[in-house]
Amino acid sequence: MEVSRHWRLRTQRYSLVGEICPNCGVKLFPPRDVCLECEAPAKELFTFTGLGEVYSYTTIYDAPAGFERYVPYTVALVKLAEGPLVTAQLTDVAAEDVQMGMPVEMVTRKLTEDGPEGMIVYGYKFRPISLTA
Amino acid sequence: MTNVSIIGIGQTEVREHWDTSLRHLAWYAIEAALDDAITTDIDAIYVGNMLAGSLSRQDHLGALIADFAGMRGREAITVEAADASGAAALRQAVLAIQSGLVQTALVVGVEKMTDQTGSAIGHALATTLDQDYEAVQGATPAALAALMMRRYLHTYGLQLADFAGFSINAHRNAAHNPYALFRHPLPPERFAAGTLVAAPVTLFDQAPLADGAAAVIVTHSERAMDMSPHPVRIAGSALATDTLALHDRRDILWLAAAAESAQKAMRHAGITPAGIHLFELHDAYTILAALSLEACGFAPPGQGWQLARDGQIGLDGRIPISTFGGLKARGHAGGATGVYQIVELARQLRGEAGECQVPGARVGLAQSLGGSGGTAVTHVLTIDNFQPPFSAQADRF
Ligand SMILES: [Zn+2]
Repeated sequence: MEVSRHWRLRTQRYSLVGEICPNCGVKLFPPRDVCLECEAPAKELFTFTGLGEVYSYTTIYDAPAGFERYVPYTVALVKLAEGPLVTAQLTDVAAEDVQMGMPVEMVTRKLTEDGPEGMIVYGYKFRPISLTA
Repeated sequence: MTNVSIIGIGQTEVREHWDTSLRHLAWYAIEAALDDAITTDIDAIYVGNMLAGSLSRQDHLGALIADFAGMRGREAITVEAADASGAAALRQAVLAIQSGLVQTALVVGVEKMTDQTGSAIGHALATTLDQDYEAVQGATPAALAALMMRRYLHTYGLQLADFAGFSINAHRNAAHNPYALFRHPLPPERFAAGTLVAAPVTLFDQAPLADGAAAVIVTHSERAMDMSPHPVRIAGSALATDTLALHDRRDILWLAAAAESAQKAMRHAGITPAGIHLFELHDAYTILAALSLEACGFAPPGQGWQLARDGQIGLDGRIPISTFGGLKARGHAGGATGVYQIVELARQLRGEAGECQVPGARVGLAQSLGGSGGTAVTHVLTIDNFQPPFSAQADRF
């Protein structure tokens, strides 16, 4: 049970809150407090729009404990409109319909659970934008 | 600066050692290395291990192994850097000897994968990823390799089959290695029909995980002649890091830590890629083999796969790789893998590689990666009296 660990990350998991570097202007997700590009302190919060496109993707057939029941599932690198890549599952789309460059948007979904009686972990996934058009 | 040489090597078979514990595996490799070196005079022990805490619920391996190997009292610690742990342990031994405070050091890489099965191993492996931002999404080491591979195929207009040469070469070489897990050839048509692990990565792109241990003994080069009939020089040694998470890289197809550590180690040795006779690289996935060849200067970006297609990675090719089967066919024993690479390079440079021998091998490169390349450790090994083409430059920090 890792309640505090997941609770700490609630603004990242539910709202894609990252940071913006006051020195070079680069936007950071996940937040890291020291800019990835210029190594200046970067603690100013920045909320991402949740819009992006598929930069790469994989459909997983051999899953670790905690994810076996979801097999096969698709994990992507999503390039957010504001710049950074984020690792996230794709949802509401069949694996064979995923394409490089496909526009996607962030949604909140169940990521995993700690057994039938345990905590359910929610967080961001991404779905094709065309579904909501 | 003090030169460091390898005076003893030992290894166990890579396989499912159901009947052998973690401590026994480590001991069997140590025993072989001590026999090979004709010494028991060890000052310090560096243990490379990745997952014993998760898989065997056993940490504190320095004290455990020093005690079990009859070296109670010696300085001993574990070095952890995911699957680069063994190579990172060797790096620490090199630094210790160069410091002048340690005369002779034992490096042992050991991994006991089969105390758990299936998804429990996957769960443990995921601890080498960014837990908060990669593993929580169900990502795995294979998934990260697949994300790199899909992008590579897309960028350069390639297909999965273009990577077949890496696995076929590894299996061909492992057939002659009695320590290898897979000693059968891999026909090209089987590669094309591999079971998907994390599309596009299949079982035939992915190195099999198994139990194993390998050990090397190192000392000052001046003392080495008295302690071994065929010492092998560690002419270059470097460790570099990159972002842990793949998504934080500027370019997911450039292994920055691999490039940095290779450049440093080669500069240290006074050598360039043109002077390297063979390369034991980290072929945990075929895409990592291609990207490693590119990062280390053997091919331009996007062309590493062509060395496999053109037969340039075979024992008689331009740059032989995975000469005893590599991770793919010798087997991937986690934190022991980086030490297996060093044992194999030493056998090549001693001219003791048998059917796996690269003719005229005098300079070899070994590179071990942690995870998707968050850590890279590179060593240049040479025959004892090798004269480098360029002046060797010491590390500066
Ligand atoms: Zn900045």
